[in-house]
Parts: sequence; C-alpha cells; structure tokens
Amino acid sequence: MSGQMEARQSAMLASMSDVPERWLTTSARDKHGTLGAPVTRMDGALKVGGRARFAAEVPLDGLTYAAVAFSTIAKGRIAALDTTAAESAPGVVLVMDYRNAPRLKLPPVMFSAPKAGAQSSLPVMQDEQIHWNGQPVAVVLAETQEQADHAVSLLRISYEAAPAVISFGAAQQNARTPEKILREPTSVAIGDAEAALAGAAFKIDLNYRTPRHNHNAIELHAATAVWQGDRLTLHDASQMVNMTSWTIAEMFGLKEAQVHVHSPYVGGGFGGKCLWTHQILTAAAARLAGRPVRLTLSREGVFRAVGGRTTTEQRVALGAKADGTLAALIHTGVAAMTTHNNCPEQFTFPARHLYAADTIKVTQQVADMNMIANTFMRGPGESVGTFALECALDELAEALQLDPIELRRRLEPEKDPTSGKAFSARHLVEAYQRGAARFGWEKRSAKPGARREGEWLLGMGVATATYPYYRQPGGAARIRLTADGRAFVQMASHEMGMGTATVQAQHAAARLGLPLDHVVFEYGDTDLPPGTLAGGSSQTASISVAIIAATQALTEELLRLAGNESPLAGLSADEVETSDGGLRAIAEPDRFESYASILGRAKRDDISAMAEAPPPSEVQTYSMHSYGVQFCEVKVNEVTGEVRVSRFLGSFDCGRILNAKTATSQFKGGIIMGLGLALMEDALFDERSGRIMNPSLAEYHVPVHMDVPEIEVMWTGIPDPKAPLGAHGIGEIGITGVGAAVANAVYNATGRRIRELPITLDKLL
Amino acid sequence: MTPFTYARAQDAQTAIQLAGAAPAARYLGGGTNLVDLMRETIETPDALVDVTGLSQAIEARDDGSILIGAAVKNTALAAHRAVRQHFPLLSRAILAGASGQIRNMATVGGNILQRTRCLYFYDDAARCNKRSPGAGCDAREGFNRMNAILGASDACSATHPSDMCVALAALDATLHLAGAEGTRRIKLVELHRLPDDQPDIETILRPHELITAVELPALPFAARSTYRKVRDRASYAFALVSAAAALDVAADGTIRDVRLALGGVAPKPWRAFKAEAMLRGAPATAAAFRTAAEAELAEAVGLSGNSFKIELAKRVITATLTELAGGVA
Repeated sequence: MSGQMEARQSAMLASMSDVPERWLTTSARDKHGTLGAPVTRMDGALKVGGRARFAAEVPLDGLTYAAVAFSTIAKGRIAALDTTAAESAPGVVLVMDYRNAPRLKLPPVMFSAPKAGAQSSLPVMQDEQIHWNGQPVAVVLAETQEQADHAVSLLRISYEAAPAVISFGAAQQNARTPEKILREPTSVAIGDAEAALAGAAFKIDLNYRTPRHNHNAIELHAATAVWQGDRLTLHDASQMVNMTSWTIAEMFGLKEAQVHVHSPYVGGGFGGKCLWTHQILTAAAARLAGRPVRLTLSREGVFRAVGGRTTTEQRVALGAKADGTLAALIHTGVAAMTTHNNCPEQFTFPARHLYAADTIKVTQQVADMNMIANTFMRGPGESVGTFALECALDELAEALQLDPIELRRRLEPEKDPTSGKAFSARHLVEAYQRGAARFGWEKRSAKPGARREGEWLLGMGVATATYPYYRQPGGAARIRLTADGRAFVQMASHEMGMGTATVQAQHAAARLGLPLDHVVFEYGDTDLPPGTLAGGSSQTASISVAIIAATQALTEELLRLAGNESPLAGLSADEVETSDGGLRAIAEPDRFESYASILGRAKRDDISAMAEAPPPSEVQTYSMHSYGVQFCEVKVNEVTGEVRVSRFLGSFDCGRILNAKTATSQFKGGIIMGLGLALMEDALFDERSGRIMNPSLAEYHVPVHMDVPEIEVMWTGIPDPKAPLGAHGIGEIGITGVGAAVANAVYNATGRRIRELPITLDKLL
Repeated sequence: MTPFTYARAQDAQTAIQLAGAAPAARYLGGGTNLVDLMRETIETPDALVDVTGLSQAIEARDDGSILIGAAVKNTALAAHRAVRQHFPLLSRAILAGASGQIRNMATVGGNILQRTRCLYFYDDAARCNKRSPGAGCDAREGFNRMNAILGASDACSATHPSDMCVALAALDATLHLAGAEGTRRIKLVELHRLPDDQPDIETILRPHELITAVELPALPFAARSTYRKVRDRASYAFALVSAAAALDVAADGTIRDVRLALGGVAPKPWRAFKAEAMLRGAPATAAAFRTAAEAELAEAVGLSGNSFKIELAKRVITATLTELAGGVA
C-alpha cells in the first residue's frame, strides 16, 4: 500500500465521529496484526481431510434414508397415487404423501414475519394440489439410500392437469407492480425522464434479457432430522439457522426452542441454502416414521425443489447531453415470479444509486408463473441489473465517442442520486483509475475488431460492479473467556465457505487483545445466541457489531469481577481498553490486569457476557454501497464464434478488507460465477411443460477450470467510516458487472452487441 | 435404479454365455453412460456382465495397423505412443471428450456403444420415441440446440456424443464382434443405424453381440491429421460440431486423399463420404474445402434451435482442412 493510501486511511478512520468509536478496531489495539492479514481458513484442514461432517454425513443410530418423487405437471392435482409396489419393495419403511403426512400449518414465507424463512407459502404435502413442475409429491423412506431410490421409481402417480401459466411472454400480459421491491419503493421518479429522453441530444433505448439460473452448490441440499419427543434436531445445510428453527416450529405447532438446527458446515450457499420443502419433509417423515431420517436431494432434485435466479426482460434508456452527462436515466422491466413468494429480482437497484442524471425513472414489475418459487442467488438483482445498465452505458459511450471509463467519471454523483443521502464512502473513480492502469486499458482500441491473433479477435470491456451494504437487524453474541486466556465467541451465524468464522476469530482476537490461536468462533447452531441470516453480504457487519457489543458487556463484567484489589479498580468500561490479553486503562497505560489474573483472583474458571447488536441505523443515514470495476479481455473465434475470456481484473472499493486471502477468494469466486452468467448458465425451462430440461451438471453449464483465466483482484482498502470495522460485505459484489464487462469486451472484439444472456457462440456466428 | 445381478467375465465366450442367461442383460464397461442411465431408470437391465476384464491390449503391428482391445481405457488409448504418432486425430478426439476421471473409467467398447443424447431422452416425464417407441418426440418443438442436423428423422434427432468415434469413423476402423453365432467384422461406420422410425434401435448388433476389438488399418497420411471440437465451454461439454480429418496433399497442391468425419451433428459418427469424394483430386484450397462442406451439408435440416450448426459445420470443415493443408482459414 502506498504511503498516500495509508494517510488516506488514517484520515478516514479519524473522521468516524458519528458512529461509535468502538466500531473501529485500530491497529493500536490489534497488537498481533491479525485483522486484515491473509489468514488461512480455520475449517480448511477439516474439509480437505474429510473430517468436517456435513448435514448428509451425521452418523445416527436407526437412520432411514429418503427419496423424493417430484410432480411432472406444472398445475393441477394428483389424480391417483399408488404406493403398493413401492411399499412392498425391499427395505421400505414407509411412503409419505399428502394423505398421511403430518398436518402442518402453512409455511411463513420470508418477509412475512421477522423470522419467517420459508421460500414459498405453499402448503407442504398437505393436499393433492400441484403448483409447479417438480413439486415433491411423495417421500419414500427405506433402510438404505439405494432401496429408497429404487422404491421411489415404483410409485405410480397420475395427474389431472389444469391450465398453467408457464410462458413468460404470456405471464407478462398480466404483469403486476409489487408494492415494494424488498424494502425499497418499487418505483422512483425524478423529473420527467421519458420527456427528457425524447429531447436528448444522444440517446439509446434498449432491451436486455437474462435467463433463469439454478443454484448448483457442490454440496447437494440435505437434511437429517431426529425427534426426541416434541423436540426436533435438524442437521441442515443452512444459511439461516434461526429462521429455519422458527419457521419449522410455526409449521409443526412447536416453540422455537423445541427446534434445534445444527449447521456447522455448508458446502456453498449463494442464497440457495435457505428453507425449502426438503427440510420440512425430512422433519415430517421422521415424525411419521418415529425414526431419524436423512434426505439428500439428487442433483436433479435440486433443480426441481430449490429455486434459482429468475428470468428478466429489462429496458434501459439513456439520454445524454453533448458533454456526456445524463439528461435521462430509465431502467424498467419485468421478472418472472410466483404468487407464493416475494423475490422480485431487484434489477433496478444499481440504477438508483450509481450515476448522476437530471431525470430518473426506475420501476419494475413481476409476472406470476406456475413455477418453483424463484429465490436469491448471489447478487440477486444487481448481477443481472448491472448487465443491462452497464451494457447500455457502453453503447452510450460509443455514441458519444467517449471512453467508457471517462463517461462514468462524468456521471459520478455527489450524493445518492435517488435518495439524496450522502455516501458513507465511495471511491469508484479511484477504483477505475487504479484498475485501468493495472489492466492496461489504454491498449484497448475504441474501434471494434481491431485486434487479432490468428482466428481469434481480441476485445476489452469494462463495467461497474455495485452491491448495497446491508446489516441485518437482530442478533447477539456471547463471549466466554477462560482462565487460561482463551476466548470462545458464539453466535448462530453461518460459514458456507466464505471465511466468516476465520474473519470473526481474527476480529475477536484483535478486539480482545488476544493471539489468534486463543480465539474460537462458534457458529451454525441455534443453541448459540441468535444470529442473522447469511444473505445480502451482511453477515460480517451483523456479526461484528454483535461482537463489539458483547466485548463491551464483557469488559463491564470483568471490571466488576476485578474489584477493588485490581490495578483497574474504580475505572469504568469506557476508561479501559482490551490489550495484551487483559484490560488497560486508556489514560494510564501502566494500569493493567490480564484476564487470567482477574479470573484467578476471583477463583473463576471462566466469565461470559452476551449482548445484542444495535439496530442498523447507519443505513438510514447514509447511502452505503460497495463498488468495483470489472475489466475483461476476451478472445472470440471468428470461425466458430467461441468466446474465451483471456484476462480478468476486478478492482474493488469495499471498505477495509478484513482477510486478504479469503477476500481474494470471495472476489474471484464471484467473478467466476459471473463468467458463468455471461457465457453459459441457462436453466432450460420448457414453456410447454413448465419443466427444467437440463437438471444436471453435464447439461447445465458452469465454468470449468479451462474457462477461467488468471483473475487478478485489487482493492482500495479505504475504510468506510460509517461501517463496523470500516468494512463492507464482499460475498456478492464479485459477480456484479461481470456479465456486462464480458459483453462489452465481446463487442469490442467483434462489433456485435449481444443483449441476451448467455453469450453463446450461435449468437456470434 | 432397478435391482440387477452382476457377473464379471474374463473372456468373450463367458461374457456371451452370461448375457444369454438373462433376458435383459447388458455389458458393463466403465459404466460412465450406462450407470447414469440406470440411475435415471432409463436403462433397467436385470443383469450386468462386466467385460472390463477382456483385452486391454493395444497392439501396434508392423504393417502400420493397430489392434485395440475393447476393454482398453480411453486414457490409455489416447496416451499410446503409436496412436499419438500415427493417428494423432484419435488421441486428440479422445482428449477432447469428457473429463480425465471419466476417460480413466471409460472403455473403447463402451464409448462406441454409448447411447445417443437428447434432453428429452434423459427425462422420463417427456415424450421420447427412443425411450418409449411411438410415444412421440418432445425435442422437435423443444430444446434441440444439441440435436442432429444430419441423419435425423421425424421420430428422433438425438446425437451420438462420442468424440473418439468421430476419429474412428475417419480412420475407417473395423470392429471385431463376437456373439452366440460366432465372430464377424464390420466397419465402425456401419455399426450405428439412423433412427428412421425405430430410434430405440441404435446399432446393428445382434442380441448379446459383443465388441471385442477395434482395428485401425494403416493410413500413413493420418500422421497429418487433427480433431477440432466446437463446444459451449472450454472443456467437459459435448460437441456442437466437431471434425476429425486427415489430409494427403500432392506436391502439385492437389488432394491425393482425405478423410473427414463429423461429430455432434448426427445420430451416428458421420463420415463425410460426399465431401471426401469431391475433394480427391481437387486443389487443396479453402474454396474447394468450402464447396465440399456445402455438398456434405446439402441435406442438413435444422430444427428450431440448432440451425446454426449447419453453417458452423461448414466453417469447421473448411477451417480444419485448411489448417491441415498448411494454410490459414
């Protein structure tokens, strides 16, 4: 880092006047320098060594194995369901269908209550009605997985089909405007954007289409359920353990405390590991059988019973003045959704916050279809919204004969263009400048098709990445300090491979003044203090604030315990800081006592304190977002149309980076997923049947190693003075902007604008 | 998966006897296609006869021919020195297919006998004449981007997905077969039949007939040969179009001989006999290659989602042969 950057960081940290001072962990307190260091993931060796037990690997006595039958029609009813052959197959324990399944209340769908976590409000195996092609209609339990798989093929099921809305085009005829898009207003209008567009000197008005995507984490969705009386233990692969517990309790008529959810390891989440039908069916089948049940969805089952990113059609219209500034910015469109969920794919969010314009119009609709509930998938909204918006900006730059980076510099707003709030931190122009220099942007030819290597045409593209800063309300952390100077930090949060547990151990070590190997972060279990869902790239901020509060509470407890014989006697919590494994008076650094000494004198083995996170008021005051710039170089084969990404650089501005190693992996992982979005991911939804026709990793393409070039990532590292630790979540921003960067590079290589994802070779022939 | 019996045979006669004893027996090679289909209950054999114990020998003969045991693993064949030296198109074709793990399992015989592919064949909720003769075909008006443009019928447009077979077709490979009625030899290009109105029958093999070996006749000019595969990602994807080609150009620039076969375009590895015939004696120029490609694809028929393959195939043929001729496409 340059000296200039360091000075900049110090200035930023010093300006943190209107947020609690203790949100910050200064380098002075972080004696061991753990925060920000490239610490290797603490669960890495367990996973590589096969010693991490996932939800489908928990050993239990008397376990039964489940297989699921899925409907083959999109709407209608089960006319007949003959279980005779399946029930008499070897090893079968029982067959559960709507006739014998335990009676369950309707699932509280996400956003309907604070802890509601169901991804759909539809009844789960309670009646003969079919609502999507792929809906679970029966569960077979057997002594082995193979026996269950065989028996499920012996079920004889017939249906009475009803007319279904399974064409996106037809559904759009009845598109509706939802009341809200997540928690934001559906529409924003500043001035008369259509009139300004009509009168603009330069204008583009374009439509973009993005397809459905399916979640395909390597770990298949799985749950293992065991009942002890009216207490359920659910081993789940979850990014929302508390919401799962509450929601299942509601459905089964239990108290939340009676549903224990355990999820220490999750083999990839990306928004897909929330509460779907399979966990509910696992619990129901275990109750019916009176035995523990394990249900692992097959890869096809994940396509049938777990939703993904929905399809969108978007319009972006930009009207520019001769100086390149915007007279009008319009982003509208429609996404497919269902009447039983609330996930409208917020593709207009980037246009609300990125660029200055005299007039702005954003609004989006949903078109209800008979399909599995769509859901959040890494960078929901922003990933496909930036595809449309950032491609359109590239087209406008060309119309204006401006470099695309220069255009964006001219559009840099002073404050949030729609909310009018001040930005908490925004260094996008700097990210552009540094990224462009590193990538060699100056080598790009403004004229398409100007660079060639044999059959291959080379092109460069750029696009802005953006994702909001979110902090979930709620959550609490407990810190237990032991007499030997170790800390156990507990919160029912989630580690899906991002590095959360490692980063929070680093944070707690820095905050408590302990070496990293003296701190354990415990998570993924509803017996711990409640966490928040791992979504919206919000966990780091949400957990950090809770740990900060718990540290404060612990400090108070320690001072109370220290008593009058301590060198710290008489000091309040605000007058001490954690340091070197103990507490030290801020004003008199010689007044110090170690945790071990305090506990030892009190003859205590340990001491605990717990505190709740304060509500996320910072987002009410400021416009808080992460930013980045995606630079892409592609090669397009002139003979075959094949597109290969040859170089990629992500230049990010996400506040302070808390672990350089796990952050790099997060950014790269997002970019790789973005390459899939740009070039290949496409869930083939047959509009005659409503059925996904490529439910396997052979036919549903994600990037393989050879599709992924060397990816470089860099960051400004400038802390956000309004965010805990100065940091933003970084799980999702990596995928945003990638689709547009690739499409813009393809244009630069070939002169062909592809406005419909994925960019497959047939579109370039 | 439906329950089945399993037996392992060390020689062809035993395998044929074991298979003959069960009404719906199937031979098991690496299982990389058959076991997938069994998991989907699309294949429901009552008995599996494991034939991976049969010959895994690769015999490079003095006359330039090669005899390949049917149980040879794809990886071993691609890596064999004589294959790499004399038939580089075969090595390249094999390495362009599947993944390292699959190639380590897959046998030569099993690769040849893998089922043709179509999204609707793999989904038992869909109508498919191959799975249920007479049921109809949901692919014709559905997702058929991967499907055939040559040799398809109204009943079926599934494609043969093998890369290796495309090279074998170009090399005029002969198959050694053994069955209850004795042994016989056929050309690989005669093995697979076009679907017509019986897409469920994919080969001319007799019941329980077994491929015991593949014989490559000597073809000196195949030292100048290649395999080009066009697909939707850089690896681990089936061909949209592929071409295996070998070219023998005389000193005066005319084509003495040529071999050309296509993959990804037909229900079988597609030997481009028409194009070959046109090219023998013609000048080795991009124009001549394009003309021959046009002729080979003259009868191609595109469906709703795969018409692009017709032009793509012409381009791939032209570029592949032009490259072998030493020029730039």
